[in-house]
Amino acid sequence: MTAVEPGPGTTTFCDRCGAPAGEGDHARCARERELEPPRFCPECARRMVVQVDPFGWTARCSRHGTCSSAAVER
Amino acid sequence: MTAATSIILSRAREQVLERGEGLSEEQVLEVLQLPDSELDALLELAHEVRMRWCGPEVEVEGIISLKTGGCPEDCHFCSQSGLFESPVRSAWLDVPMLVEAAKQTAKTGATEFCIVAAVRGPDARLMAQVAAGVAAIKDAVDINVACSLGMLTPEQVTALAGMGVHRYNHNLETARSHFPNVVTTHTWEERWETLRLVREAGMEVCCGGIVGMGETLEQRAEFAAQLASLTPDEVPLNFLNPRPGTPFGDLEPMSGPDALRTVAAFRLALPRTVLRFAGGRELTLGDLGARQGLLGGINAVIVGNYLTTLGRPAEADIDLLGELEMPIKALNETL
Ligand code: SF4
Ligand SMILES: [Zn+2]
Ligand SMILES: [Zn+2]
Repeated sequence: MTAVEPGPGTTTFCDRCGAPAGEGDHARCARERELEPPRFCPECARRMVVQVDPFGWTARCSRHGTCSSAAVER
Repeated sequence: MTAATSIILSRAREQVLERGEGLSEEQVLEVLQLPDSELDALLELAHEVRMRWCGPEVEVEGIISLKTGGCPEDCHFCSQSGLFESPVRSAWLDVPMLVEAAKQTAKTGATEFCIVAAVRGPDARLMAQVAAGVAAIKDAVDINVACSLGMLTPEQVTALAGMGVHRYNHNLETARSHFPNVVTTHTWEERWETLRLVREAGMEVCCGGIVGMGETLEQRAEFAAQLASLTPDEVPLNFLNPRPGTPFGDLEPMSGPDALRTVAAFRLALPRTVLRFAGGRELTLGDLGARQGLLGGINAVIVGNYLTTLGRPAEADIDLLGELEMPIKALNETL
């Protein structure tokens, strides 16, 4: 499974609410995401399988692979 | 300070600080009704009570979700209920990852590692996974293992005690009178029964709940008194973090002063209990909250992330404990 590197270019959908990132206001989502892992795949808006542990998280889209807090921090 | 409020605090000082006798329900209510102008004095008293009856040590714990989401219960605050349109999907953690999380937790100095599952109660598959996980952690890491797996049968209680699980978490969540507004798929009394079995089996009882779920101040006081009557070894105090898609998703988070008043009031009701800062503190109190809570009656923290949401970095809390000269409780001590 490939690792998805979140960032510009892959963010078609808001990873908190799953709505198109270019439509509507996601400022609140961005704020909330500081204390939440992503829930929706930024590429296809599928709900991801998310595992939180005390020190990080991993999130897996059945189509686009896994991303993790470690990848984001890198 | 008005004469009436000064009497409330001086009476609490004499009763709780001097004699170690927790406040009654009516007295807790008086404390919860104190004005903001009395908050500093109240927090100071709660801190003195904690130092006098518990000491300066702080118990540090990490928690992990072994089975996430898809729960058949309808706790209205919970993003893991399968009955709501929550974005949280089901997930299972494997044993090697569980052990790794326990190792990382122990590295912070934490002495408690709590394994949590989003279930009504464990089935055979979950009990087997817990047995394997607890054994693997005990082999690899020096840390106390606690569990939170919902309602238990007497056989399951015996099995968990036999695995060496030293503490069991099962929250009453809220006042008995408010519980039907929060959960309809099981009762407060069913939860109480599990707690009774846990105590009988010799495991430590960890029981708390969530404040800010639409309960009145009277019900908050009622809850503190009900917890005190249980005499739990630990009370984790959560502040509602309204989760999208849940029935409580649109509630406003509690105000900072209300949250701190609650911390202090619970400490005055439970002078000798491990009172743990749990979920929602970052949202309700921001970065300053950890310091204010630890100087206002709290003597235990969950470090790092929660089950489905993120917390402050563990180092931030550990550094703060150093700065406040509050030693992390060692493994062989009992608070
Ligand atoms: S029993 Fe636990 S996991 Fe299930 S809905 Fe209630 S709080 Fe959530
Ligand atoms: Zn959004
Ligand atoms: Zn995807």
